[in-house]
Amino acid sequence: MSASATAGNLPRPKSKVGSMEQQRRMALWGSYIALTIFVIIFLVPPFYMIVTSLKTSAEISAQAGNPWIVKNPTFDNYWELMTNAAFQRYFINSVWVTAVTVTLSMTIAILAAFSLSRMGFKGSQVLSTGVFLTYLVPPSLLFIPLFQILGWLGLINSTWALVLLFPTLAVPFCTWIMIGYFSSIPKELDEAALIDGASYPQILVQIFIPVAMPGIIAATIFAFTVAWGAFLYPLAYLYSADQATLTVGIVRELIKGDVFAWGMIMAACAMAAAPPIIIYTFLMDYYIAGLTAGATKG
Amino acid sequence: MANVSIRKVVKAYEGDVQAVKGIDLEIIDHEFVVLVGPSGCGKSTTLRMIAGLEEITAGEIWIGGDVVNDVPPRDRDIAMVFQNYALYPHMSVFDNMAFGLKLRKFPKEEIKRRVDEAATMLDIQMLLDRKPKALSGGQRQRVAMGRAVVRNPKVFLFDEPLSNLDAKLRVQMRTEIKKLHQLVPTTTVYVTHDQIEAMTLADRVVVMNHGVIEQVGAPQELYHHPATRFVAGFIGSPAMNFLPCQVIDDGGLKVQLADGTKMAIPAARVDRYGPYKGKKMTLGIRPEHMTETHDSEKPGVQIMNAKVDVVEPMGMETLVHHFVDGVAVCSRIDPNVHTGPGKILPLAIDMNNMHLIEDATNRVV
Repeated sequence: MSASATAGNLPRPKSKVGSMEQQRRMALWGSYIALTIFVIIFLVPPFYMIVTSLKTSAEISAQAGNPWIVKNPTFDNYWELMTNAAFQRYFINSVWVTAVTVTLSMTIAILAAFSLSRMGFKGSQVLSTGVFLTYLVPPSLLFIPLFQILGWLGLINSTWALVLLFPTLAVPFCTWIMIGYFSSIPKELDEAALIDGASYPQILVQIFIPVAMPGIIAATIFAFTVAWGAFLYPLAYLYSADQATLTVGIVRELIKGDVFAWGMIMAACAMAAAPPIIIYTFLMDYYIAGLTAGATKG
Repeated sequence: MANVSIRKVVKAYEGDVQAVKGIDLEIIDHEFVVLVGPSGCGKSTTLRMIAGLEEITAGEIWIGGDVVNDVPPRDRDIAMVFQNYALYPHMSVFDNMAFGLKLRKFPKEEIKRRVDEAATMLDIQMLLDRKPKALSGGQRQRVAMGRAVVRNPKVFLFDEPLSNLDAKLRVQMRTEIKKLHQLVPTTTVYVTHDQIEAMTLADRVVVMNHGVIEQVGAPQELYHHPATRFVAGFIGSPAMNFLPCQVIDDGGLKVQLADGTKMAIPAARVDRYGPYKGKKMTLGIRPEHMTETHDSEKPGVQIMNAKVDVVEPMGMETLVHHFVDGVAVCSRIDPNVHTGPGKILPLAIDMNNMHLIEDATNRVV
């Protein structure tokens, strides 16, 4: 009682609630402004790409009118590409290279991450750091030595070259994501499974893969992006049209000398961007959950 | 169900750090044994070695007549309940309980029968379709126990299973574990740092400290006849009071405290304590044997005036903290005795329940 009476007689410190509210509002406004600028910078090019893809060549090259508006929208560019055998070939090549890259990378990454994070063998810590360090080597540094290696293997101008190379880019980072995710799974879970009678492969398949699904999806998206969006290696190692992937094919097919088929280039870009956009849209939550796993105590 | 035998078992880590220093323990069939001790005493390591989750550096572990040193956990026919439940988050309660049976290729009907039976026993039938995240802490712990029960193993291992529960639920689950052992009397090894849990659950308590077993015995035996100073101080809450003293012969055998206070040793103990005359010893006396003076006429009871420092009313008893010759001491008194900080409280010390500890060996004599 005496303690509270004494406290009641003391001068009250000035309330800071108002200023905190003001600071919060200012921070919010700052965030909105920054994000708006960010969104404009990043969304204007795709918007312009779609607008241009819906225009005829005449409308694109017309001097008059607002270039941001389509007067007579048309899907001719899209239709022409879809019925173009070369474009179909590029698309199929990209799908095939990406599918094999993702499957191969994820198989290697999951097995590597499981053994590095759970088998506890000597040197596993050093090895997992080493795996990450290999990711830090820029691909542009490697493409001349890789050219020699692929030459020895007889894989120049073959999509198999990409199937071999892309996992070397995707596996380190995918393994790193998976190590992080597997490490966030309590050790007692595999111990319980061991006692329940599971072998290590059974623990991986029946416990770890289902529990780590957000991490696996995040790593899969990364591997997909590496293979689907790659430009340097396909440009360097594939020179015939029947082996080209979309990224290189668009440039080779739709730019002839100094003639740019802008409408079709933009339509091709829109079509090439569609699969990643669809995948990101549906799996974004898993992607974020996978990348941030273990960042905070669960 | 089986005996468990731990023979000269050592667990050493890199750098020659020994977590378990050559312990021996025989656990008989159907027995409920609790390993108790402070953090780092080696109790969990011992349990994990029985489970096969830690390799044994030296010695042997026998389960049901077989040495299991090199047998993997899945072939030891044991089941374990973990502190954090370790339920598979993506599986339903049914699948969690059935997982071990499925891996052992039990027929579907048998799996269903066993899971239903265990679920009924643990009162979780209505939870079988739920995922672990939709369960409370107590329900999760029941499911974890169910997962162990369905396997009908030779040995149950519990690794601090109640530590994650709140105080009220812990008491409730403690009773349920005891009830479960009465229904399914499988040999059980239970690890806890909570001596009340150990006392209430165990047929025998194993007190560990610094990687060695200090004492093995029934709960009451440990409480009334501790073998070492560590056991005397660890078992019992509040802990036993320890006062430095010397055994003297002053017209009869007495203990003399550092401040000169002399207290007569009861006749029944004279022969036992006689050889320690003149030696530096520690007097151990439990708080309930330093209480208000209602039976001061009883033989062997000494009166001491205490200046009360702190009073803790507990409802059914009151704890009074005071100092004896600079040593903090706790007494357990009747809640109807009115006292307060700074007041003088006459206390009756029942020397019939005294313990005398030899300082050189830390053994209770």
